[in-house]
Amino acid sequence: MIEGKILKVSGPLVIAEGMREANMFDVVRVGSSELIGEIIEIHGDKASIQVYEETAGLARGDLVISSGAPLSVELGPGMMTNIYDGIQRPLRRLYEMTGPNLIKGIQVEALDRAKKWSFNPKVSAGDRVVGGDILGEVKETVLVNHRIMLPLGWDGEIIEISAGDFTVEEKIGVVRLKSGEERKLTLMQKWPVRIARPFKEKLPPNELMVTGQRNVDSFFPIAKGGTACIPGPFGSGKTVVQHQLAKWSAVDIVIYVGCGERGNEMTDVLNEFPRLKDPKSGESLMERIVLIANTSDMPVAAREASIYTGITIAEYFRDMGYTVAVIADSTSRWVEALREMSGRLEEMPGDEGYPAYLTSRLAQFYERAGMVVCSGSDERRIGAISAIGAVSPQGGDISEPVSQATLRIVKVFWGLDSALAYRRHFPAINWLNSYSLYKDRLAPWFTENCAPGWNENVATAMKMLQHESELEEIVKLVGVDALSPEDRLVLEVSRSIREDFLQQDALDDADAYCSLDKQYNLLSLVLGFYEAAKKAIANGADIQAVADLPVREDIGRAKFIPEAGHKAEFDAILAAAEAALAKLAEQAE
Amino acid sequence: MLVKHVDNVKYDELGEITLPGGEVRRCRVLEINGTNVLVQLFESAAGINPAESSVRFLGHGVELGVSKDMLGRVFSGMGEPIDGGPRLIPERMSDVNGTPINPSARVYPSEFIQTGISTIDGLNTLVRGQKLPIFSGSGLPHANLAAQITRQAKVRSESGTDDTKFAVVFAAVGITFEEADFFISDFRRTGALDRTVLFINLASDPAIERITTPRMALTAAEYLAFDLDMHVLVIITDITNYAEALREVSAARKEVPGRRGYPGYLYTDLATMYERAGRKATSDGSITLIPILSMPEDDKTHPIPDLTGYITEGQIILSREMYRKGVLPPVDVLPSLSRLKDKGIGPGKTREDHKGVMNQLFSSYARGKEAKELMVVLGEAALTPIDRLYARFADEFEARYINQGFNENRSIEETLDLGWELLSILPNSELKRIKPDMIAKYMKRPENADSEKAGE
Repeated sequence: MIEGKILKVSGPLVIAEGMREANMFDVVRVGSSELIGEIIEIHGDKASIQVYEETAGLARGDLVISSGAPLSVELGPGMMTNIYDGIQRPLRRLYEMTGPNLIKGIQVEALDRAKKWSFNPKVSAGDRVVGGDILGEVKETVLVNHRIMLPLGWDGEIIEISAGDFTVEEKIGVVRLKSGEERKLTLMQKWPVRIARPFKEKLPPNELMVTGQRNVDSFFPIAKGGTACIPGPFGSGKTVVQHQLAKWSAVDIVIYVGCGERGNEMTDVLNEFPRLKDPKSGESLMERIVLIANTSDMPVAAREASIYTGITIAEYFRDMGYTVAVIADSTSRWVEALREMSGRLEEMPGDEGYPAYLTSRLAQFYERAGMVVCSGSDERRIGAISAIGAVSPQGGDISEPVSQATLRIVKVFWGLDSALAYRRHFPAINWLNSYSLYKDRLAPWFTENCAPGWNENVATAMKMLQHESELEEIVKLVGVDALSPEDRLVLEVSRSIREDFLQQDALDDADAYCSLDKQYNLLSLVLGFYEAAKKAIANGADIQAVADLPVREDIGRAKFIPEAGHKAEFDAILAAAEAALAKLAEQAE
Repeated sequence: MLVKHVDNVKYDELGEITLPGGEVRRCRVLEINGTNVLVQLFESAAGINPAESSVRFLGHGVELGVSKDMLGRVFSGMGEPIDGGPRLIPERMSDVNGTPINPSARVYPSEFIQTGISTIDGLNTLVRGQKLPIFSGSGLPHANLAAQITRQAKVRSESGTDDTKFAVVFAAVGITFEEADFFISDFRRTGALDRTVLFINLASDPAIERITTPRMALTAAEYLAFDLDMHVLVIITDITNYAEALREVSAARKEVPGRRGYPGYLYTDLATMYERAGRKATSDGSITLIPILSMPEDDKTHPIPDLTGYITEGQIILSREMYRKGVLPPVDVLPSLSRLKDKGIGPGKTREDHKGVMNQLFSSYARGKEAKELMVVLGEAALTPIDRLYARFADEFEARYINQGFNENRSIEETLDLGWELLSILPNSELKRIKPDMIAKYMKRPENADSEKAGE
């Protein structure tokens, strides 16, 4: 054990002497209240330590003890539905132990040591296994089958394995490694958070991650294993979009990292998610989520760790062959924590005081996402992590360093627009400047899995919105009367695309989740009206009369029609619209 | 100031400097480096003589003695009584920095507070335990608005016994005497002073004290809310002065500055204050926080309002343009927002039609303003008939809904009914944000008077 003494204290940074034998990134205990810290720099026998808790009360000469191991997370049954802080301390346990406020220096194990899990082995004695192989299963929640894997890097033969109820530390079996060493198998394993878990091979993402959000799925889709960012000024609905994605994304596991954000938002997740039902299984959405909460009033240094904790847990579930979504709100706060530590270490600052390694750290995080062939001897077990990060640019101006660095890495950009938010157009994703680089790659998938006309529909709608923005420039100069009836129709239908299709009410039961079928049919309805109206106008119908048709109200309310049987109702609306338009054309003649 | 040859001093500890003349000044530990300790003085350094002054460290950080007797008293920014009354006998001493609230121990705020102001109740609903700042500018009547909220705020319940449990904590951070006096006289006039705790740091008081003043206030509020189960409304004015004091300290520590010279940790620092608002599962009390900040040059993207907006649960923005038009309170409706409103409205809390009306008013007003802008460029004739209606709606909305003066107290029903009345300017086909059954129930149009009764 390495013991040192405090030399300097400055905010979350502590410098200790006598640490010559310590390793970089070892976890240390600082001072009499045993605050948790991590070594981030060593100079001779002086180690710089970032302390994950409030440092008030530390004095020169206080003891610093190194644990000799890097910052790791505990991986095993019991993580689902739990809420952890940035260094994986279970917040509910802390609440029971110390009351509603967080007190420093408390040590709690991440996984419940007392709880017994029913383990069902999938291998038997004598089987050859390598790291990542599935030894058996634990039914963790109704939605999650926790697959117990041989720890990565192990390779050998199963000596014994038993079924039954075990705690996470009890022996479930023994494996003899190639070296002849025999090791105990348990339900729990550990992994250092700063090291990405290895896999066999990375695959190009070519499957849609269904989110049930029209704006996202239809216009700016994200693939399973993809990366996306949501920059936006405050009040533009970033958090609501993130929550919607966490709720409705068609993935097996969701890791939600609340990084330097509001405490009440985490409470909201804890209250809201258990009440919502997964559209596929009908079970509570909480059953598949792990929350990492480092709210803005919690110590800054732990905020830096929270992102790594989240992605490491995600990788563990990915290795089981699951699709995982990591949602981080917000990466800007994480980078600010980096900046604060960098400033205290007196490093040379880059842009706006951010450290020069800003881009590489961000890239490291996002690169841990992806669709991979998992480790293990079985042929093709495929797991995926999609990483979605919110960015909070100062003043909503995305020319700042964090947004720019993020945009260079991620493939999908959902740009939130405060002007849309002021008009209560939610989700306030700006359709003109957002993009998804997965669109082309996913086009065949849409044709195959949704509808043959999907891509054409979306392209038509997109073109129309583009046209609308050009026409609006003209309207601003010369007024709407100067436009031809055809162009005015484009304006009317674009408005319908915006209001009746793109806007989605996160709080409405029927509208919060929209299946791909309904998305396609709704857009077809709006565009079907356009085709019919274009014909009617060509036949002399008055544009104002077309715009004033009462059937357009029905189109406007179509999105609130429940999922079941929506197609028939949509068809009825379209038929009514076509009839009304035909009548207008007739009257004109 | 650097103090040499000290041992066993703790980080963030409070110290007392004794001057040759016997005068005592206070300081706080900023950095420990070997046997050298960097301290920040709370008062001026004038008269301190390095050779003959000595520093004594007190062994604890900045603390406030809390007690129920704080109500009705006035304190300095450092927590000393300045109203001439006796010193308090504290229940206990509390560290003013507080500790973070465990997110799993929070209770989501959802109780509707009726402020009697249409733009807040109807459009940006305030709930208990929320932190809702007022973004203002120099010369705008934010003080009147804050006073009006304090005066009129109440939770609607059948029992109506809430009043005894209600308290106000007011922190003046570097504001002028007149401004502080306005609040004190208003509290006195309305009888609110007896249930108010005031912490006053005026513009003439030491700037460094401003860093502790809001924390003093929040510590007092936490005691009232979570120990005594009271519902506390905390008003802090002006956060801009606080941030400037923080910048001063940061510069003195020679830290790498972030945007506009403010320290990189401004966000974290503000968050540790704002996040102390809320509700906890272990107590019936709540802290509702209304920080007031004046935006330099009315610029919302300035770091102080910007970072505040990222932490708080919405914002009420005052507009100079509206103030010039004589609209009072001059709330700029479109960029204002309350994030918690959806949980605080609806059947059982306000009324079932609230959400629809709110969304419709927002989007119609936004469209109306666009139409008016177009009208300025092209003239009224260039507008479509529907846009002309929208323009009229926007005018009426400003004149009647937003403009209510600082003395009118509207119930939520009055606010909602007024909303319907204004929406009747537009045809039903434009009311896409409201469900049809709500329109049938609440919309009172002159031409179909037979449905009048349905609106209760």
